[in-house]
Amino acid sequence: MKGSVAAAAVGVAGSWTGCRPAPPSIQGTIVGPNRELGHRLRDGGLPAPERFEQVDVVVVGGGVAGLAAARTLSRAGGLKLVQVELESEVGGNSGWGQTATTAYPWGAHYVPLPGREAVEVVRLFEELGVITGHDVAGRPVYREEFLCHDPEERLFLHGRWQEGLIPHLGVSSAERAEIDRFLARMQSLREAEGSDGRPLFAIPVDRSSTDATCRALDLEPFSAWLDREGFRTRPLRWYVDYCCRDDFGLTAAGVSAFAGLHYFAARGGEAANADASAVVTWPAGNGWLVQRLREGITGELHRGCAVHSVAAHEGRVRVSAFDADSGSAVGWDAAQVVLAVPMFVAARLLGAPGAGRGTGAVYPPWLVANLTVDQIPDGRGMGPAWDNVLFEGRGLGYVVATHQQLRAVTGESVLTYYLPLDHLSPADARREAVAWTWDQARDLVLHDLARAHPDIAARTRRLDIKIWGHGMICPVPGFLWHGDRHRWSKPLGNIHFAHSDLSGISLFEEAYTRGVTAAHAILGRGTLSA
Amino acid sequence: MNDRATRLLLLASVFVIATCGLIYELIAGTLASYLLGDSVLQFSTVIGVYLFAMGVGSWLSGFVERGESRLFVQVQFLIGLIGGFSAAALFVLFTQVNAFRPVLYGLIFLIGTLVGLEIPLLLRILKDRLEFKDLVARVFTFDYIGALLASLLFPLVLVPHLGLVRSSFLFGMLNVAVGLLSARVLRLSGPWARATSVLGCGLFVLLFGGFLAADRFTSWSERNTYTDPIIHAVSSPYQRIVLTQGAGDLRLHLNGNLQFSSRDEYRYHESLVHPGLARLPMAKRVLVLGGGDGLAVREVLKHPGVEQVLLVDLDPAMTRLFTQLPLLTQLNLDALASDKVRVVNADAFTWLAEAKETFDFVVVDFPDPSNFSLGKLYSTAFYRRLRPVIAPGGAVVVQCTSPLVARRAFWCIDATLRDTGFQTRPYHVYVPSFGEWGFILASLESLPTDLSLPEGLRFLSASTLRGLFEFPPDMDRVDVDVNRLNNQALVRYFEEDWGKVR
Ligand SMILES: Cc1cc2nc3c(=O)[nH]c(=O)nc-3n(C[C@H](O)[C@H](O)[C@H](O)COP(=O)(O)OP(=O)(O)OC[C@H]3O[C@@H](n4cnc5c(N)ncnc54)[C@H](O)[C@@H]3O)c2cc1C
Repeated sequence: MKGSVAAAAVGVAGSWTGCRPAPPSIQGTIVGPNRELGHRLRDGGLPAPERFEQVDVVVVGGGVAGLAAARTLSRAGGLKLVQVELESEVGGNSGWGQTATTAYPWGAHYVPLPGREAVEVVRLFEELGVITGHDVAGRPVYREEFLCHDPEERLFLHGRWQEGLIPHLGVSSAERAEIDRFLARMQSLREAEGSDGRPLFAIPVDRSSTDATCRALDLEPFSAWLDREGFRTRPLRWYVDYCCRDDFGLTAAGVSAFAGLHYFAARGGEAANADASAVVTWPAGNGWLVQRLREGITGELHRGCAVHSVAAHEGRVRVSAFDADSGSAVGWDAAQVVLAVPMFVAARLLGAPGAGRGTGAVYPPWLVANLTVDQIPDGRGMGPAWDNVLFEGRGLGYVVATHQQLRAVTGESVLTYYLPLDHLSPADARREAVAWTWDQARDLVLHDLARAHPDIAARTRRLDIKIWGHGMICPVPGFLWHGDRHRWSKPLGNIHFAHSDLSGISLFEEAYTRGVTAAHAILGRGTLSA
Repeated sequence: MNDRATRLLLLASVFVIATCGLIYELIAGTLASYLLGDSVLQFSTVIGVYLFAMGVGSWLSGFVERGESRLFVQVQFLIGLIGGFSAAALFVLFTQVNAFRPVLYGLIFLIGTLVGLEIPLLLRILKDRLEFKDLVARVFTFDYIGALLASLLFPLVLVPHLGLVRSSFLFGMLNVAVGLLSARVLRLSGPWARATSVLGCGLFVLLFGGFLAADRFTSWSERNTYTDPIIHAVSSPYQRIVLTQGAGDLRLHLNGNLQFSSRDEYRYHESLVHPGLARLPMAKRVLVLGGGDGLAVREVLKHPGVEQVLLVDLDPAMTRLFTQLPLLTQLNLDALASDKVRVVNADAFTWLAEAKETFDFVVVDFPDPSNFSLGKLYSTAFYRRLRPVIAPGGAVVVQCTSPLVARRAFWCIDATLRDTGFQTRPYHVYVPSFGEWGFILASLESLPTDLSLPEGLRFLSASTLRGLFEFPPDMDRVDVDVNRLNNQALVRYFEEDWGKVR
């Protein structure tokens, strides 16, 4: 090759720096959320505003759903619009951070290719240039830079890395056959339609078929379905558990069979220039989408401002909030309100009219760590991929923030490590995690990664931690189709609800569609069909 | 200690001194021929200066009235220090200073003078202990035996196993050891004696540290990787740059991959540039991406119509090296210093995103797609970014690895360019140090077929050119995937194809 003695190259470059100085000690903190404001919010006693400013719409919450609503309203034009966000930056579960080298995610980090049912998301992607056109067959062409670059995934198994997340190193032929049978089964479910002509499993979830037998799957745990169908071998069950933890925060035993199958069978997108399984991602994760959404909003944005009451008042809605920066109470008197906050928050803000809202919802807590490393850790078998997972690891592995960069790699990068805290009940895990010191959390993260990367501590310069007490909702058995979810989604007078919680599945597509739908309801356009 | 033992030890030190002296001379000569080329000239000037300096040293010894023993020890220490650090210092200074020759000869002169002082001093120290005829006979015998040993040790053991830098530290340590031992044997006394041994030990430790740290310069394993001696090695934030010099063959390696051999690089670079540029008689502005060695730029400058050349290379360490090092500027004919040439150190992908100018001809000379970051530089996304910088009627040439060894990789680049809207004209050439090598000439509009080659080419002619565009069956087009960021098909083909030949 230009030239042909490459074989020894890596060894040479590596051995040359043989004796490196002792690693600098790792810096870091536990970051956000705004706990103090959160507590004052929960405990009450925030001052009531003296006057209420007249506006057309107040959007409470600056997560994806709130931003989607505010952007849609902004584009319609002519409305006096206010958006209020508790934290100092918008984004919610799709928040992000930035180092000198790269942006990195604090939560959501990718979106799969949206399928036909996700029309709103497809339209957004066209507006943002994520989809640049269509080929002759009508398939969307994606902006290549945004498609997850190859290699996408690697798995650490039996002391080495393999490509892809489905185990194949050291997997017996019987186990392999079972994996193949499972994948074939999922493929047929992906193509299946109910008697109403809708896909059995769609994103947004409420656009799935109303097929009764399919919806009955919501009542049993996914693990029971797997057992019954004879999917029992260890590599497959690890893989399925991994996927459930990744999307829902609990293993197959904790989520409903409908939700579990939904994860595997609802991925319906296609592209002219990528496989159907492709995803779009950015260094900031979905923070990139958040930034683009924010750019499209023309209303007033109040950050670091906690809404503590939303109440009907003479045919309008009064929104009371506390601005942490100025330390003063603020209030709006709005014709319409979008409550784009988690259900349990909405219940609190509404007082008596919100009673019972969100009962039965389960939120497993999450730990997310961002490690600034001097070099992306390598390893035997295969070099770094975007998503790097440890077989039977405690956490879900890490995503490399610089993977999508086009610059020649300079070395330094940020690894985003995800750990759903499912070793205890969600409430106990939350209590435990909130009490962790930074040292404890750091050691937990490093210990998990050290199995694949013995030198990870030496490579890490900074390690920041975020505990998501109520990160994302988990579709436990019964929640999706057998509870009050749909009732909670309906407007209460001129108060509209938009949050991924209402879908029971926490995804960008769900949050975005709910935000757009709420805005359309205000603008008098069609709504999300249920 | 009795007189006999003392005598013997002192004569033994003559032996060591002689070996050390010759070793420094050989090191300097080798280093000079590595770094400056023309070994006959370098060796004879180094030897000349060295011998003359020894004469100066001997002459200076005549001014020493007393305290020969003390001076002898001091001189040993000095030689150990200067000689020991000489190779490391010359390597480092070579790229740091503009006037390298004065430094080189200055150092040689200094060492020569000190070595020249030694023998007369030793003769004087021994004169009361031996008869004159024995004295002269023995001293010179040991001197010449030492010289023989050095001349055998140097090429057979030291250069191949220790390398120049370590060897010079090792012999520096020997000199200091001789100094320390003679201080003992000659029974130096007084407060000075104590200071001497402390100083000597300190020097010894310092040189030993240098010996160990020489690994930072070039490691054992690295020396074993290259067949020819390494004359320059640096690690930039982007890559490991290694220059080796064999018999009349200067080679550049980046991360262990051969980039060129001075013996046949003209074949590569003429073929890279002229088949495209010679079709564009109106070309005024040329862009070179990668190619920080300035060799493609050298070829571009052979076209008198070209007014501006912009070189975009990631690594300032590369372009600096090829702008400053005489050995390398001889090779690229000072191309990077030309008034017509502008050098920008930036990442090509990011630079293209912000580029506003257009160019009549673009040379894309990146390293082979041997890893996923490099694979991105051959993707549809990259070529899409390249399109807007090409002026109407302009063309691009891309170096495309070996169509013989990595046949699918070669045709994958072709498919990728076509997918991005380019018309392509693949061609190949034989470069002995690389093997059969491939290039693709690409353009958005069809290119003229007639071309006029510039004067003074060593390889390309109208008749050689015709053959380059013919692909025999074993290299002919194969059906392959387009290389996209999200499939990195090229890196996969490349790894598989080259994997077979490794
Ligand atoms: C660790 C993690 C990883 C994830 N990964 C992915 C992924 O890869 N892909 C994916 O599609 N989804 C992922 N998700 C799901 C993610 O939740 C959704 O994609 C989406 O961000 C949810 O948006 P939302 O607007 O529904 O909710 P939220 O993000 O919860 O937004 C609610 C907003 O309301 C604000 N708020 C709350 N109370 C108040 C108040 N009183 N006053 C004012 N403002 C208030 C909050 O601060 C927040 O900004 C992940 C979630 C987590 C926690």
